[in-house]
Amino acid sequence: MTYVSLTPFDLALAALLLILTSGLSLAFRLGLERSIATSALRMCVQLGVVGFLLKLVFESGSPLATAGFALMMLGATAYEVASRQERRFQGLASYLIGGAAPFLAGLIATVFAVTAIIGSEPWWSPRFLLPILGMMIGNALAGVTLVLDTITSAATREKSAIEGRLALGATRWDALQDVLRRGLRTGLTPILSAMAVAGVVSLPGMMTGQILAGADPVEAMKYQIMIMFLIAGATGVAVVLAGLISVVLLTDERHRLRLDRLVPVNKPDA
Amino acid sequence: MLRVDTLRLAPLPSLTFQVADGECLTVEGASGSGKTRLLRAIADLDPVEGLIFLDGAERHEITGPQWRARVRYVAAESGWWSDTPRGTFPRDAVDAERLERQLANVGLTPEHLDRDIGHLSTGERARLAFVRALQGEPKVLLLDEPTAALDPASAALVEEQIRFQLYAGRIVVLATHDVGLSQRVSHTRLMLPKPRAATLQPTGGPA
Repeated sequence: MTYVSLTPFDLALAALLLILTSGLSLAFRLGLERSIATSALRMCVQLGVVGFLLKLVFESGSPLATAGFALMMLGATAYEVASRQERRFQGLASYLIGGAAPFLAGLIATVFAVTAIIGSEPWWSPRFLLPILGMMIGNALAGVTLVLDTITSAATREKSAIEGRLALGATRWDALQDVLRRGLRTGLTPILSAMAVAGVVSLPGMMTGQILAGADPVEAMKYQIMIMFLIAGATGVAVVLAGLISVVLLTDERHRLRLDRLVPVNKPDA
Repeated sequence: MLRVDTLRLAPLPSLTFQVADGECLTVEGASGSGKTRLLRAIADLDPVEGLIFLDGAERHEITGPQWRARVRYVAAESGWWSDTPRGTFPRDAVDAERLERQLANVGLTPEHLDRDIGHLSTGERARLAFVRALQGEPKVLLLDEPTAALDPASAALVEEQIRFQLYAGRIVVLATHDVGLSQRVSHTRLMLPKPRAATLQPTGGPA
């Protein structure tokens, strides 16, 4: 099996399908032609920039460039998590949890993977570190988004029950235990279902990529299993971190419920 | 003795008062005048400036949960976090007979503890929340409209229990719209001014 390189002409051919979708939008008057065009353009620009940046980082082989790229991911993660919330913590807190929890958890899992499992030389070799880190953060981010959303909305909805417990002398951890547990459970659901259906319903993206790139399916499968385990670990750590931090932020040192620290956000149209 | 010292609840002027053991202070005022906010502040459920002492100890000398174990706030709208009321009562060291007596005093039976929360009436829930607040021997009861959701017979039972708590040496701070109740149980009455009465601006003509 060999790797088939795509030419710009091949990409243009694939874009024909996009024109078909736009045609449908016109035919049914969905009014989505503009969005389709801008989203497609955005995707091309983003992927193009990332592709060339990664190439530069790989060729430079510099730890500084690798760290720089990782930091860029951190910023994007923080923004993404915070912007997907219905209610956000006042100030920068949402960005801090949204960025820190997935990034820290992802970094731990990734460093563990490249040092103990893959053993790349040097350990920070960007060719291994960055794609794995990206997958870890991407999945942890989905979990953290769900945790924050579940906890902040449940705390708002169940204010009287939570304050009822606090009024009887419960600590913030007792009063918010149900909310926290529900948040953690929700945050872990996606990775659990992803593991359950992996290979049956969908071929995971990375495995597909490796197979297309000419790798042996069994080798690709091994990589995919490792990645799934890492993702589960990273998501678990990120979800628990985000859950605990949100309980602390939703309350204060006097164990009072502080919903005043949440500000509603208008969700952008997805 | 409960002492509130220069408590700031904007837009009210700062509040200073004290309530002796076995006495009841009723708080009256129009809706929105700050009755609930005052009770919540005394329970340390909202961040508020000012000092609050119970038997000489300021609230910040102990943790929030310790303070609220002694200074019990019973909200007008009771909170439930379990399928049945029993799950929200403290599990350890509940004296079943005593609890049964306390329930009977407000016209309820232990059987009410195992009903589905959704199948209990607002009045039954309010009385259950009242009994729940008595568990653990708090020193101060902060009751927010304790009889508003009750029929006259149940209201009379709860009123009798409030009096009983006062005989037992507890301090009761009671927010209510019910002038009759206030006159009957209070030792002191606190009237909160109408909200924003002081800041009304002339509009320059009939609205």
